[in-house]
Amino acid sequence: MVKEYTTVTEVSGPLMVVDKVSGVAYGELVRVTDAAGRLKVGQVLETRKDQAVIQLFEGTSGTDTKNTRVMFTGETLKVGVSTEMLGRIFDGAGKPIDGSPDILPEQMIDINGSAINPYSRQHPDQFIQTGVSTIDLNNTLVRGQKLPIFSGSGLPHNHLAAQIARQAKVKNKDEKFAVVFAAMGITNEEALFFRHEFEKSGALGNVVMFLNLANNPAIERIITPRIALTVAEYLAYEKDMHILTILTDMTNYCESLREIAAARSEVPGRRGYPGYMYTDLASIYERAGAIKGKKGSLTQIPILSMPDDDITHPIADLTGYITEGQFVLSRDLHRKAVYPPVNVLPSLSRLMGKGIGKGKTRPDHSDVSNQIYAAYARGIELRDLVAVIGKESLMELDLKYLEFADEFEDRFVRQDFAENRDIEKTLSIAWELLSRLPKTELKRVKKEFIEQYYQE
Amino acid sequence: MGKIIKIAGPVITAEGMRGTRMFDVVKVAKEELIGEIIQLKGDTATIQVYEDTTGLCPGEEVVSTGMPLSIELGPGLLRSIYDGIARPLPVLQEKSGDFITRGLVAPSLSREIDYDFKPKVKVGDLVQAGDVLGTVKETQVIEHKILVPPGISGKITKVEKGKYNIEKVIIEIQTDDKKKEKLKMYHRWPVREPRPIKEKLDPTIPLLTGQRVFDTLFPLAKGGAAAIPGPFGAGKTVSQQQLAKWCDASVIVYIGCGERGNEMTEVLDEFPELTDPKTGKPLMERTTLIANTSNMPVAAREASVYTGITIAEYYRDQGYDVALMADSTSRWAEAMREISARLEEMPGEEGYPAYLATRLAQFYERAGRVTNLNGTNGSVTAIGAVSPPGGDFSEPVTQNTLRITKVFWALDASLAYKRHFPSIHWLTSYSLYADKVKGFFDEVEKDFSSHRQRIMNMLQKESELNEIVQLVGPDALPEEDKLILDTTKSIREDFLQQNAFHEVDTYCDTEKQFLMMDCILAFHDSAHKRLESGKKVAKMVTVPVKERIARMKYAEDYKKEAEQIKKDIESQLKKV
Repeated sequence: MVKEYTTVTEVSGPLMVVDKVSGVAYGELVRVTDAAGRLKVGQVLETRKDQAVIQLFEGTSGTDTKNTRVMFTGETLKVGVSTEMLGRIFDGAGKPIDGSPDILPEQMIDINGSAINPYSRQHPDQFIQTGVSTIDLNNTLVRGQKLPIFSGSGLPHNHLAAQIARQAKVKNKDEKFAVVFAAMGITNEEALFFRHEFEKSGALGNVVMFLNLANNPAIERIITPRIALTVAEYLAYEKDMHILTILTDMTNYCESLREIAAARSEVPGRRGYPGYMYTDLASIYERAGAIKGKKGSLTQIPILSMPDDDITHPIADLTGYITEGQFVLSRDLHRKAVYPPVNVLPSLSRLMGKGIGKGKTRPDHSDVSNQIYAAYARGIELRDLVAVIGKESLMELDLKYLEFADEFEDRFVRQDFAENRDIEKTLSIAWELLSRLPKTELKRVKKEFIEQYYQE
Repeated sequence: MGKIIKIAGPVITAEGMRGTRMFDVVKVAKEELIGEIIQLKGDTATIQVYEDTTGLCPGEEVVSTGMPLSIELGPGLLRSIYDGIARPLPVLQEKSGDFITRGLVAPSLSREIDYDFKPKVKVGDLVQAGDVLGTVKETQVIEHKILVPPGISGKITKVEKGKYNIEKVIIEIQTDDKKKEKLKMYHRWPVREPRPIKEKLDPTIPLLTGQRVFDTLFPLAKGGAAAIPGPFGAGKTVSQQQLAKWCDASVIVYIGCGERGNEMTEVLDEFPELTDPKTGKPLMERTTLIANTSNMPVAAREASVYTGITIAEYYRDQGYDVALMADSTSRWAEAMREISARLEEMPGEEGYPAYLATRLAQFYERAGRVTNLNGTNGSVTAIGAVSPPGGDFSEPVTQNTLRITKVFWALDASLAYKRHFPSIHWLTSYSLYADKVKGFFDEVEKDFSSHRQRIMNMLQKESELNEIVQLVGPDALPEEDKLILDTTKSIREDFLQQNAFHEVDTYCDTEKQFLMMDCILAFHDSAHKRLESGKKVAKMVTVPVKERIARMKYAEDYKKEAEQIKKDIESQLKKV
């Protein structure tokens, strides 16, 4: 039984309060017809015996307390999914905007999804070669992982994401691979960049794009990633595809979350973000993974720009606590014109241990990575010291470490946007660099590897 | 029976609830979602629901079960993996597939397994709460003792022996007030209530972990409480997992509270394959896992730590040493904050409820080494990871935790960036048990505590010297100080750093820890002696034995290695 109400009593920010309702379900989908007859979609945030609070995804402009009609559909927000979506472009609410006709859904699925039973999860352990040295060697990405890019405004995170999407492949395997791309509040220019990149690499037919751009309704951003992930899950677990999901920019998503919380006068947590932001973000990020007995997988690369490059900002902070590591981009490296400016020290991949080594990459991978980290960290420490006391008072060994840090940035971190380095190449550059340090300094590397790869 | 009048996220309000009690479990709506009463006001009750509330309508029914949130305690807990309210995840998978849906009911303990019950009592015996009625072999390593549940005592009138499932009445007791109690192999216990004990004991036995920085520098006692705070990526989870793998407790309860699903899977995959260095049996044989990942309902996350510690107490009552890892208590605190905000309670610091400190204290106080009701000794050691926002230890959860726990293992991001793992900072961390367990370590090796103290002093000295180096450079230091800097470097890199993923280094027994310290200090002393004869530190540290010391952590036959190293030190330094 569907009833229509005209009892809107309050509209504030993205929220609308409807009175004299009955039997409204929590989380129910709402269709609102505003005074001018335009249709808007919303969702129930709170429901009482005779009152419901609704958030409108496309904003509340044009709604009033007199003529606006509200219809409760009795359904939760669902998205129609189909393999036909590959190669198509949709808006942030899932409507096609590429001029082609609507898709015929094979299935309607609740966009909120359900939690994967931890017992059913397949532990991610398949190495994805991205062709980017700093990622492949030091912060290896594996299938089913969620690994965000922590960036800042003005840094080339989009290039890095596009490069990963273009080059990512699993060694020696030819499997169905697709990208699901969700844009939240990015500019049209940025969206076009991604589109062109996908086109250039000939991958556009394997990409589903959801675009909520900067000039699109802010509250819609709450559902955009969920719609995208629902489609991604469908393709991964029902259609056996390996999906890479790029979510950009999570900072805009969190801003929208804060907007709703503020409109509801909720008790704010840190910096005005709601106390449940951790749980909310987890409901997005935790949708990455792989399931035992299913062929497909869902890998996530969310991008977020840290306000003022501050890694302790709640958005970056909570994300880091949920995701399995992070790639941190550095403004210093960017200024030195190093692309991709990945600062390996704070970067991390928590799942790399299982995805590398014998039979996956190369037996010496883990040792080399650890040694590179230790040596580079030492070099950076010395740089600070040199700034105070000058190079003259350093010992010979310290100078070698200083030189190592410079060479590492110049030859290992730096690579061209189009350069696709395979893991062998990456490891051989790493050994070249390590070979400039005395053998005895390579404490993290097993002796047999030193014998095999150290270049005298 | 009441009716829903308001729904906001995981919190609902119902009217017509007069007569229900605080913390009673209720079933909500047709799907019978499980909830718990957390506030009563006149006729209305506020309920936190352990499952997703989407789709619920005002007017739907709420039925009280008249029981507080309780779990089944009996054989079958070990080797299991549960969600926050003790539903076995494999059973949920059978019922609803790979994704968890709502309204699923699953008993914690399997009724399909028959256990061979061996009674330890006979008809006519007088028994009291906590007494052992008999045993069953629960896993390869744990003999499960069936106890008289708290609150029951009397004379035994019937005893069964043989193979039964847990629903079989195995003992009947005529209680003192002439009632008949039929006891099964399991009983239920409300999770928010600590299980009774006779008395608390002073923790004097260390919980050996096989991790050098923990055992040697900041030891934890059996029955103690420890906090591991650290920013993301500093290695909280790896540290917790290392403790769960290698610590010498008999039973492990591992709570993944609001953390990553893939990490729980890792534990699930690894534990059955790893063997306990003591028993040689798979680690899973002594482990219970509780997994309430970050995307599972927030109210069940709040309950998960209570579920975990209740299981831990139950094995303690059987006379076992239990270690409980909660990863992460910050997520638990955040769950409290979220529920509190939905209740529109007046917030305390950073939006956390004013009762945060009380709840944390109550939780950690359930740890301890005790004499049980039946006279045996057992312990629960609680190790809580804390995830402070931005790695800032001044935030409420860290601060309130530190007021209670006696061991503080401070993780440091800058160490983690250098891949110094475990990234426990040696200067900020502390253990108040160090003195209490000193006797134990000195029994293993008489110089253990004096070596420990020397190492601590040198590390302290290093930080002072580093300040000078920052100003004048390392060259300007006197030779003696240069030697200290070299020795502390060796302590940090060769001793404190431990590779959790290396097959040998992942576990280091107490004697090896001592010998490693001994070798490092032997080099220091020997080199120090030679300073007087004018030998330079820069030359002395290039001798090949230094590398041997560095690689000692990977040596399996460490005793032989230590002897050789000590010989080499003398012979090689002599030649410099």
